[in-house]
This record gives sequence, C-alpha cells and structure tokens, in this order.
Amino acid sequence: MSGGFGELQDLYGEVILDHNRRPRNFGRLPGASHSAVGHNPLCGDRVEVTLRVEDGRIEEIAFEGVGCAISTASASMMTEALRGKSLAEARCLFERFHALVTGAPTAGGGEVPELGKLAAFAGVGEFPMRVKCATLAWHALQSALASGAATAPPRPAAAPGAGSGPEPEPAAGSAPGGPRRGSSNADNGGASGGR
Amino acid sequence: MTGSFGSSRSVQAPDVAAPVGAPAAPAGTAVASKGATAQVPTAGTISSKGAAGDGRPSYDLALVRADFPVLAQTVHGRPLIYLDNAASSQKPRAVIEAVAGCYRDYYANVGRGVHRLAQLATAGRERARETVRAFLGAATAEEIVFVRGTTEAINLVAQSYGRGRRTGLAAGDEVLVTAMEHHSNLVPWQLLCEERGASLRVVPIDRRGELDLAALRRLLSPRTRIVAVTHVSNVLGTINPVAEIADLVHRRAAVLLVDGAQAAPHLTVDVAMLGCDFYAFSGHKVYGPSGIGALYGRAELLAAMPPWQGGGGMIETVRFEGTTYAPPPQRFEAGTPNIEGAIGLAAALDYLTNLGLNAVAVWEGRLLQRAAERLSAIPGVQLVGSARERAGVLSFLVEGVHPHDVGTVLDGLGIAVRAGHHCAQPLMEVLELPATTRASFGLYNTLDEVEALAAAVERVREVFA
Repeated sequence: MSGGFGELQDLYGEVILDHNRRPRNFGRLPGASHSAVGHNPLCGDRVEVTLRVEDGRIEEIAFEGVGCAISTASASMMTEALRGKSLAEARCLFERFHALVTGAPTAGGGEVPELGKLAAFAGVGEFPMRVKCATLAWHALQSALASGAATAPPRPAAAPGAGSGPEPEPAAGSAPGGPRRGSSNADNGGASGGR
Repeated sequence: MTGSFGSSRSVQAPDVAAPVGAPAAPAGTAVASKGATAQVPTAGTISSKGAAGDGRPSYDLALVRADFPVLAQTVHGRPLIYLDNAASSQKPRAVIEAVAGCYRDYYANVGRGVHRLAQLATAGRERARETVRAFLGAATAEEIVFVRGTTEAINLVAQSYGRGRRTGLAAGDEVLVTAMEHHSNLVPWQLLCEERGASLRVVPIDRRGELDLAALRRLLSPRTRIVAVTHVSNVLGTINPVAEIADLVHRRAAVLLVDGAQAAPHLTVDVAMLGCDFYAFSGHKVYGPSGIGALYGRAELLAAMPPWQGGGGMIETVRFEGTTYAPPPQRFEAGTPNIEGAIGLAAALDYLTNLGLNAVAVWEGRLLQRAAERLSAIPGVQLVGSARERAGVLSFLVEGVHPHDVGTVLDGLGIAVRAGHHCAQPLMEVLELPATTRASFGLYNTLDEVEALAAAVERVREVFA
C-alpha cells in the first residue's frame, strides 16, 4: 500500500467515517438563541448551526446540512465537543482546531490535548484543498456567535469580516441582511446526494 | 427590437458552399449521425464503434504520451492518471517548445515597430490566426479574434454586439440560453440583460440531458435576439445539435453564439457547416496555453460591432475630439496581446490536426464508452447524463459518498478528476444534485487508465462502506 493510500487512511480515520455515517446532534434546535448558515460556494456544501447559549455557555448545539464526509464529521464532532463549553473555551478550541487542520504551529507549541477526539482531523493537513471542508461548521459557529444573541427565531448571520487563515476558506453566512437561504442554491438539494 | 440587423436577416444562415480551406472533415468516420440533423460529423461520440482494432487508437499512444512530459510523473507514489481534461488539458512538447521558442528566438511586441523581431513576432501571431481559421473552418482570418479564452470571447460578444448602436439589445428583447450552460455562458448574458432591460429565457433539458428542442422552438420569438448554447456540456457530455439550432435561430433572425470550450478538443468543428454566428473556444483545453483563446465571428457581424475595450492596437486614428477604429479583428484586440500564447495555441492545433481530430474523437469515444460500461456496472454508482450523443466527460455519483470524498480518494490513488458543481450551478439545481464527480478524457488516456478508474471507484465504496 502506497503512501498515498496511507495518507487517505489518516484522513478518513474510523472516527471520521463513523461521524459521517451517523452524524450526532443532527437537526435544528427549536428555540435556538444563535444560528448561522455556512456555505461553501466552491462545492455547494452547506451547513446550518443552531445553538442555545445561556450565561455565556453553550447549553445545546446542533447542525444540519449537506456536505462531504469531512465537513459532516467535523460539524458532528464540533457539536459534541462544544456542548457545555463557555464561549471563550469554544473560541479557543476553534483556534486550536484551525491550527491543527492547516498544519500551523499552535500558539503554545507542542501538544494540543484539549482537542480530544477532534485530533482525528490531523490528516486534513495533508490535503490543503479539504481544509475548508473541515472548518465550514466552525466558521458558521463563529458567524452565529458574532451575530450576537438573536432574540426570537434564529436569523441568518452576517458574514464576519475576518477570513483569518491564509488558505481559501468558505464564507459563512450570507450578505448582511440577506434572507435566510435566499443566497444560495443549496437548499433544495438537501434531500438528495450528500447523505 | 431595435431596427438593427436588417442586413443580417438577409444574410442569415450562411448556407455556405463549402468553406475555403476548412479542415477536411475526414469522411466516413463512425458516428451514426442521425439522419435528420445536419450535425457535423461527431466522430467520437459515445455511440461510435470506430476505434482502430482492439483497444488502440489509430495513432501510436505510447509515442503520443511521450510527447506530454507531465504524464511521466507519479502522484502519491502512483503513476499519474490525468482524467481532468475538461478542466484543462496537458501540454505536448510541441506547445512548450513553441512558447519557449518565441521567447528565445523572436519575441517582440506585435503590430508596431519596424525592426526584425517585431516583424517575426507579428508574422508568427498572424500565422497562428490563420491556423485557428483553418481549425474552425472560418472563411477568412479576419473573422478570428484572439481573446484570453472562452469566457472573454462570450463577454466580448455580450458587451460589444449586445450593446452596439446597430446591434444592441433593447428593453423587451430576449436572450436564450440553455439549462446546461457553464456560468461563463450565462452570467455575461445576465449582466447584459439587466443593463438593457432585456429578458433571459432558459431552454430546458430532458431526463437524458438532451436539449429540449421543442421547447427551444416555443421559446424562440420575434423578440429573441441572441441564442447562446454550449456545443458540448461540461457536466453531461451532451453534444448539442448546433446546425439544427442555428437553422431555428436564423428563422427568427436572431444570432447564435456557440460555446465551444468543451467541443474543440473532441470534435471536428466547422463553423460554416454548423451555421453559427459566433464560436468561442479556449486554448488551454485543446492542449495549448492558458490565457489564450479565439472567437470566431461572422464577418458582417464583427464589422457592425463597436469596440468593447479601448487602447492601443485597436484604433485607426486617434484625436482628442474622437477616434476611429481599426477593422476587425484588431478592433477587438486592444493592448499588447498574448503573443506567445497565440503561437502556442497554433502549435497545439497543429498537433491535434496532425494526429487527426477524427482519430482522437474515435479514441476518446472508445474511452468514454468503456468508462461508462465499467462504472455503471459497479453497484451504487450512477452515471449522470445519458444523452445519445456525448463527448469528453463522464459525470457520476457514488451512493452515500460525497463527490469531494470520491475525488480525494481517487487522488490518493494517483487519479485526477473533478468534483463539484463544475461551474454549472443552475444545471446542478435542475438535476437536484449538489455536485458530481467528473472524469474527462483526452487524446493520451488509455484503456488501462479507465480500468484503474473503475478499480479506484470500487475502492471508494470499500472505504466508505
């Protein structure tokens, strides 16, 4: 077996394949306090993250959408990793995760133990084209949190100005004020394909 | 409807007596051309059975592969299998050498300067124009405008023809496109329609992925001014019956633009036989350099069109009070052009012509047919598009696996394919698919590579089982 396929097995490890097959926390949270749609215009992947934040802590979080194995597993594992975390912890985890998948050195250097199961995404570093898949849900999350606590029903988040990483990354959310789903063609593809 | 194109109506549909110097479409090649349509011989469609003997093209495949240095490498420790030709194709030494030779031996700016190198470079570029003319079967080299590629060619027509005083669209006019267009043959028309208050109408496709000609007939009206159709779909591989469409369009006195980006590498193109008014293609998909392509425009139309970009090289006389413009094609070529690109493009077209486009098309049809057989035999694999006449590309889905994951696994096995919406989002919406995986074939691909593709797709199913 060649190096190429070895790298593939690193990318598609058991944990990732499992979360792709059986995504956790899949669906939309009723009564969410924050939400945003992440959309990757390059490949049509789309993920909606809904969460309920109370006292600066993520009480509940769910996702829904259509995407590849990497983006689906990433979203699924993100929801598991973030439940119960404070917003500050969530931000910190995203930074570490981002560094992991882009192969960037982490701020503190060395190990990133707090990533836990998310370390399964280390293989993405070998596939730069897939970084945006792994970070799509995280960008949507960031966008949801940046949009501030929405009262009443979830609303589409404005795209954050920050593109942070050097690699091409998807825009999360849509144009400020744009209608939820109005901006893309992804919505009606939801039934077929991805899953 | 503006009063514009009186003249074009009378000149319509050039029932041209054989074009001067058209690349002789070798007779008798395969293709069960369906009687009714006056389709140009589409040698290598999927239905053709004309490959030389037993799984070999009529040219020496080993020698041809040796002409393409990039093919000799390994990817992730495996021999590269390049099946992304519809996105861009690889370059033979002849092209690499032509570009390098221009830089090395006779590079200078063209069209001005009396010195030796300027003359050589100018002559080289104009020879290239003649090569493109012959490749497309145009009547004169003045009908060939060099552009950056198909996208620029279409924008040129939209911005010049579409806005010209004599040719431009008025409020209420209509532009027809099809449901299978690449964004580059859709967005320029949206921009134009928005600006002029015209409407964009879309000709639907049927379940097989063929154009609904009855719907086209219904949609054509006295308001129709421009019809823009791809010759070959970059997602479905469908070959559209351009000659038949041209006939319908000209009966309405509209003009027909054909996006030939996916057709030029695979089919013998003859604009006179096709009867189209504009034909656009890109160098990089026909084994030539990127950043160069050509627009064919019927002489009367180009002559009636205003410039679309101003600058050097496109003028006759310039005064502060006003400027008069050069005749076509220079009128549409403002600024220092891609000189070495044009020369490289000519080398690529020579290379294709020397192999014989029909030989190439027959071989690619063979590859396509084999790939369709192999992939469709794999459980859970579904082919996208089943037009009766196809060329070049094969889109497919693997049940339960996202095309991006298919693409990544194939890459790990050394196989380059495309995954995504292929710059045809409206088509993907019609198909109700977020994306497909697309394998696309070129003249250097082999049946062994098709087998490797099929084996790799089986592997995909194992990984995601």
